[in-house]
Formats: sequence, C-alpha cells, structure tokens
Amino acid sequence: MCGIISVINRKKNPMDGRAVREALSIMNERGNGEGAGYAVYGAFPEFADYYAIHVFYDDLIGPKTAVEEELDKLGTITHDEEIPTFEQPNLKKRHIPWRYFFKPNVSALGTTASEEDILVYLMKKVNTTIPGALIYSTGKNIAIFKAAGWPEEVADFYRIQNYEGYIWLAHNRYPTNTAGWWGGAHPFNLLDWSVVHNGEITSYGTNKRYLESFGYVCTMHTDTEVVAYLTDLLQRQHKLPAELAFKALAPPFWDDIDRMPEKERTFNTALRMTYSPAMMNGPFAIVVANSAGIAGITDRIKLRPLVAAEAGDCLYLSSEEAAIRVMEPSPDRIWMPRAGEPVIGRIQ
Amino acid sequence: MPVGSVPPKYKVTIDMDLCMLCERCIENCPYGTFRREGSKIQIISRACTGCHRCIAMCPRDAISLEEKPVDYRSHPVWSREAREAIYTQAQSGKIILTGMGNTLDVPQIFDRLLLDACQVTNPSIDPLREPIELRTYIGKKPRKIEIKKTSEGDTDLVTELAPNLKCETPIMIGHMSYGAISLNAQLSMARGASEVGTFMGTGEGGLHKSLYPYQKNMIVQIASGRFGVDIDYLERGAAIEIKIGQGAKPGIGGHLPGEKVDEEVSKTRMIPLYSDAISPAPHHDIYSIEDLSQLVRSLKEATEWKKPVFVKIAAVHNVAAIAAGIARSSADAVVIDGFRGGTGSAPRVFRDHVGIPIEAAIAAVDAKLNEQGIRNEVSVIASGGIRDSADVTKAIALGADSVYIGTAALVSLGCRVCGSCYRGLCPWGIATQREDLTARIDPDIMYKNVSNLIHGWTLEISELMGAAGINSIESLRGNRDRLRGYMLDENILSVLDVKTVGADA
Repeated sequence: MCGIISVINRKKNPMDGRAVREALSIMNERGNGEGAGYAVYGAFPEFADYYAIHVFYDDLIGPKTAVEEELDKLGTITHDEEIPTFEQPNLKKRHIPWRYFFKPNVSALGTTASEEDILVYLMKKVNTTIPGALIYSTGKNIAIFKAAGWPEEVADFYRIQNYEGYIWLAHNRYPTNTAGWWGGAHPFNLLDWSVVHNGEITSYGTNKRYLESFGYVCTMHTDTEVVAYLTDLLQRQHKLPAELAFKALAPPFWDDIDRMPEKERTFNTALRMTYSPAMMNGPFAIVVANSAGIAGITDRIKLRPLVAAEAGDCLYLSSEEAAIRVMEPSPDRIWMPRAGEPVIGRIQ
Repeated sequence: MPVGSVPPKYKVTIDMDLCMLCERCIENCPYGTFRREGSKIQIISRACTGCHRCIAMCPRDAISLEEKPVDYRSHPVWSREAREAIYTQAQSGKIILTGMGNTLDVPQIFDRLLLDACQVTNPSIDPLREPIELRTYIGKKPRKIEIKKTSEGDTDLVTELAPNLKCETPIMIGHMSYGAISLNAQLSMARGASEVGTFMGTGEGGLHKSLYPYQKNMIVQIASGRFGVDIDYLERGAAIEIKIGQGAKPGIGGHLPGEKVDEEVSKTRMIPLYSDAISPAPHHDIYSIEDLSQLVRSLKEATEWKKPVFVKIAAVHNVAAIAAGIARSSADAVVIDGFRGGTGSAPRVFRDHVGIPIEAAIAAVDAKLNEQGIRNEVSVIASGGIRDSADVTKAIALGADSVYIGTAALVSLGCRVCGSCYRGLCPWGIATQREDLTARIDPDIMYKNVSNLIHGWTLEISELMGAAGINSIESLRGNRDRLRGYMLDENILSVLDVKTVGADA
C-alpha cells in the first residue's frame, strides 16, 4: 500500500511545495515512514536547457570523483551543488544528494547517439559500475526530492516550499522489497519521465526482459522503474501518442476487443499483439509525468485506487479524494476513472 | 548363435476364481498373450507389452500384471537394459527400434522448478470471478506499431499484421502422421482441438479427406520426404510447418514400415502401396540456413503470404543459435522439440542419447532471441515431454509462447505408454492401421477425451495464473521471476536464468 498525489497547472502557473506536502501527509495511513518523495517540473528555470543530474553519494571521497570523471568525459558541467538539506530529528542523512547541470557531448562515444542516449549511457555506467553513487534523476528542469522518512520529514529535509513548478508528483511509501533504501523511494525518473507507483507488478520479469531486448538495464531493484522505461520506449522511441502507449500497458480484454467495430478491433488487436510483453499485470495505480503533462492509469481490474479531479486550470490525480481536497477543497469535478482508462492532463 | 531366451518383461496372471471365461482378453490382445485351452485361459506372458488393454477390458478385474518377474543378477554398470540390448543385437545385427520417449532415468527439470503465488502484498485473482486470458497468437509480430493521423484527427493504423494463429489456449497438439497413427486417432484429436479453439499438426503423412472439416485447425507439415505435399494440401492448412528434426531422433528422418502403408495411407501420402516411407535425414534442398529461408519464402509465395510458416527443430546443443537463424528468415514460429519427445518409431540409441531437455532449450532460445532484440517478433512453441498443466505453465514462464503435446493427447485416447508403437499392432487403435484395431476408437466419442484434457489443463493454468496475480498469459511468458529452482545446480540455474528457492525477489 502506498499513497500518490499529483497536480498539473495546465497554464504552467507555478505552485510551491507547501500544499503537496500537506496532501501527501494526510495519506500517512498508506505509508510507514520508510520512504517519501516529490518531483517538480519547472524547478530550475535558470538552467532549463541543461540536464539536471541528481546523484546520491554514500560519501564525498571516492564515488564523487569517479562520477565527475565520467561526466567530464561525456560533456560539460555548467553548474553543480550539493542539494540543500536541513536536519530533521528523525531523518538520518544516509546519502549526500548532489545535482549537476549538464550538457552532453553527442560525439563523446564516437557512435551515433542523441543527447538522451548519452544520458542513458551515463546512468547505466554509474549505477552499475560505481559503488556508492546512484543517479536518480536526469531530466531537464526537473527536481526530485526523496529519502527514507515520513512525507512531512522529507519535505522539510529538502524544504520543498522553496521550490516552484507547474507539475508536482508525490509518493508516500510502504516498502516491502527494498525497505529504507533512498534509491527505492519514488518518484523514479528517466530523462523527461517521472513515475510514482502504488502496487506490485506481477509481470515484472516479462517486462524487464522485453526492455532488456531494447537495451534498457534495470538497476533500481524495484518494479517501478520498468514503468518509466516502458513509457520511454513506447512514447519516445516508438513515438506512440500517450493514450495509445498507456493502452498498450493496460489493454482492453480480448472479449471487449472482439466486440469492437472492425476498424477499432483491428487497431486494438495489433496494438495488443505487438506490445504484449509491455503489458503490465498485477495491482497498480501509476502517475507518469513529463514536461508536457501528467497521466494516471490503473491496472485492468483496478486493484489499486485512483481518483481524479479538476479545478480551474488544475488537474489532480490521487489515491484518495481526501488528499485532493487538502489542496483544493471545492473542485469543479471529481471522479473515479475506470480500470485501465488513462486520465491525461496536458499543458496548454 | 542361440543364447537361449531372455527373461520375460512381464508376468500376466488370471485369478481363475474371478475369471468367467468371457474371452475378452483373447479378443483384445493382438499380441497373442492369451489362448483358450479347455476350461481355462492359457497365458503366454512373453508376448505381453504391458499395454493394459486386457486389464481395462476384463469385466471381473481378474487379470494382474507384474513387471520384471525374473531378476537378473544385480550389477550397477550392466543394467538389465544394457544386457538385453546386447542379446537382441547379437541375434539381429541391426539397429534397435523403440517407441515413445526417452526411457533413461534422467532428472526432470520441470519437477525441480516451483511456481509462485501471491500473498498479502498483491491480491491473487480468482478465475471464477475475474477474467483470466489465455488467448495466444502464434506468428510474426511487428517490432513496433506505425500510425498516422488522418485529416479528421483520427489515428489510423499503418502497420499491417502478418497472419497469426489465434489459439484460445497455449496448448496445441503436435505432429503425429496418418500412417504412424490411425485416422480415427487423428480424427479424434482434430475434432477435440477444434472444439477448444486450438490447433493440431498433420505430421508428414498428408491430410486425409475426412479431416477436411477440421482443416481450419490443422497445421500441415512438410518433412524431408515431402509425403502428401501438393498445393491443395498447403492451401488447406491453417499454417505450414517445415520439419527439420524431431526431439526423439535428432539428425535422422522418419520411418514408416511398408506394412502400415495400406490403400488409404498410400493415397494420402502419395506413395506406392505397402512401400516403406523413409524420409531422408536432411531435406535435400536444405543444406544451409539460407536454403531454409528460401523454402520458407517459397511456401509463402505458393500460398500468397496468407499462412504462417513454422520451422521445427530438435533441441540440440546449439539450439539457440539455430533458432535465431530461423527467426531471422521469414519464418513465423520456431518449434523446439526436447529430447524427451515421443515418437512412433526411433532407434533406441537416438531416442535416449541425442539432444537436450526442453526446459534448457526454451531458456536458451528465449535468451538468445531476446539478446538479439527479436524475441517478440517470432513465436516459440515448445514440445517434448509435456505431461501436465504445470509443465505447460513452467514452459511458458521459461519463455515459450505455447506448447505442443503429443504423448499426452494419445494417453487421453487410452495409450498406456507401452512403447510398442513401431510394431503396428497398437491394441488401443492408435499406432496401427489394422482395421479391427483402429475400429476401437470411435472419433465421435473419443474427441471428447481430447477436448476434456485440454480444457482441464486450461482451467488449471488459469488457476495457477490467478494465484500468481497474472490475468493474461502474455505476462507469464518469459516471466522467470515467478519460478524458483529446487535442488538444481548453479549451472542449470544460470542457463534457466532462474533463482534458487529461498532467494529474494
């Protein structure tokens, strides 16, 4: 059991972190104080053109030098700093969070590569070969704040009220598989994608192998990262629009497809056959964000809750209505999306 | 040189207190085990094959059967089988023929793989209350979907899908030819397969006209002998399978003794009456992978690219690389047949000693195709020793799309796995063409045994999937995280890419 809340202002008006902290904390029944995290889009307007690489260091001696050597080989660091943190009574600082604003050099590897390819290469290299360093975010203009603690402790540890953005994504965790590990807290990020997830993906083995066949490497020891990679594969690499990409992850049942009119049936059959190893099984509610918007989706039989609400320019997605009402006491509309049906909020 | 008789394999006894002299045992045994002598039944145990037909038909349960009634002096090296093979060959000077699958006592990897179930952190799914999907499409899939936006703002599909077989269950029936088995056995299986929405192979014996009503559910086979192949045959099948090899006898061709080639078999195979049908070891137009690729394309041209073409190979040491070569031809599916696969007739030395187990072959093929980024573009069908729904589930979790069953389907028709198929006297009417014996199978009744079996297994797979929190078979395929190895050594575990029992997720 975990709690998620997300909000987008479709006009891109900035919101600071105070309200989302309150909303996430009201769902403390869904967590256990061993993990919480926030993602905010639009956090670094002065460095908007640079990739904001976030790293957890176990210490500042060995791993930091090794990571910076890699960064120097692959591009230019424009600015870097320790992410400011503020001691909390119950939150032990186990890692030192650092951020780099980075411009990759596409010819660094000597092979055909895009800026994203360089970042994916860097992340894989650091996370699999440099002990004591973990890259946990690589997006432009995106900040991630996560640690092992209750939502309000993590928020205060990073003082998220000092950050503003047009999308917030937050997660309150009850870990079972990687208890207490900061890297295991959500949101997960890959380039422009961030994911928060409540559930357990029973198809993990299948999804992971499928992703590996496209060159992705799963390094976070958790099923949530496959969501980020699958989204990246389907939307960025295969250029599927968001609605179709989510449909591939949680497709309609064959019985329903069989009853569709011919054109729709052919389309859905082709989509499901082609992306069958990308289908996610098991209970899940997920919110995925990129710089253009947010999308929420549940598994095909809705074994995890998801509530949506609209108020003015804002769209809210959450595990609980109560959390939405903390941020917006009287939304224009509030509803329960159907199983497997994506709710998408795009910037205008 | 006579070496005297070897001890009989079985000892048959009749409890004369129970026997009512109805003579059903005499009627039912084609091997001549029983003879009426006055007021008793005389038994020639040496003739018995252990097929149980007499026991099944005895109205008084009066017949008992004992295996190996006479012991040899025990010896750890010189087993009974080793000694008897030598006696046989000392007499015949020939290759020893056998029927059914491998009889060596080799470990069953399937039995040392354990399945997973959900507890607390995720709910199991109840198949009685929620849908569980087993539909499986066999054939080529595109790497990705191409779409275009229309001027009205609709999204249109650009990608055209290759023809696929739509199976309502991942269980298909493999290739057993008319000739090797009887028409009534084929009819029962074809109707049974059609009933449950799956497919069955013709084997290399052609397609008899009485099977035409089920042709939509039949896969026609092209083997090295090309028996029964013409354009009409190709066009009738739902799919075409090129048989390169078979798990029970990798590297050699099929052999149908002339005695089994009666008029109907001769017509269907398009060979002379009572002539031996000996398939060459290789296809004489396939001496390399590019030749195979040409044959695949020729068959597709001949059938206007409307039918999927499968290629079946025996699981040999280099199976993964061979399968990858096949996957990169225009073939739609690769069938891999493990070394426990059954057969109507195979040399003992091949059946027992050539090839590798299907579990390792599936894992190796799936891994190789995945590594080359083409796993989802081609289907993998596994066969050879699939005994129950657990084996099917494990085969899929290791990476197969679906399985072929062979022996299991025959067992549903009564086969007792006596292993005497090559003698052409099958008392159950399966591996024989003798009319009085084939009449023992009434396809209008026996098809139900086949459909019941597949239906029962399908229900069990749904339950296993539901317990594992998986409601669609696609999410089980290659999901090796949901398997654990029990008492398997580290090398096997690493080939299977499965963790040991007790290991963390």
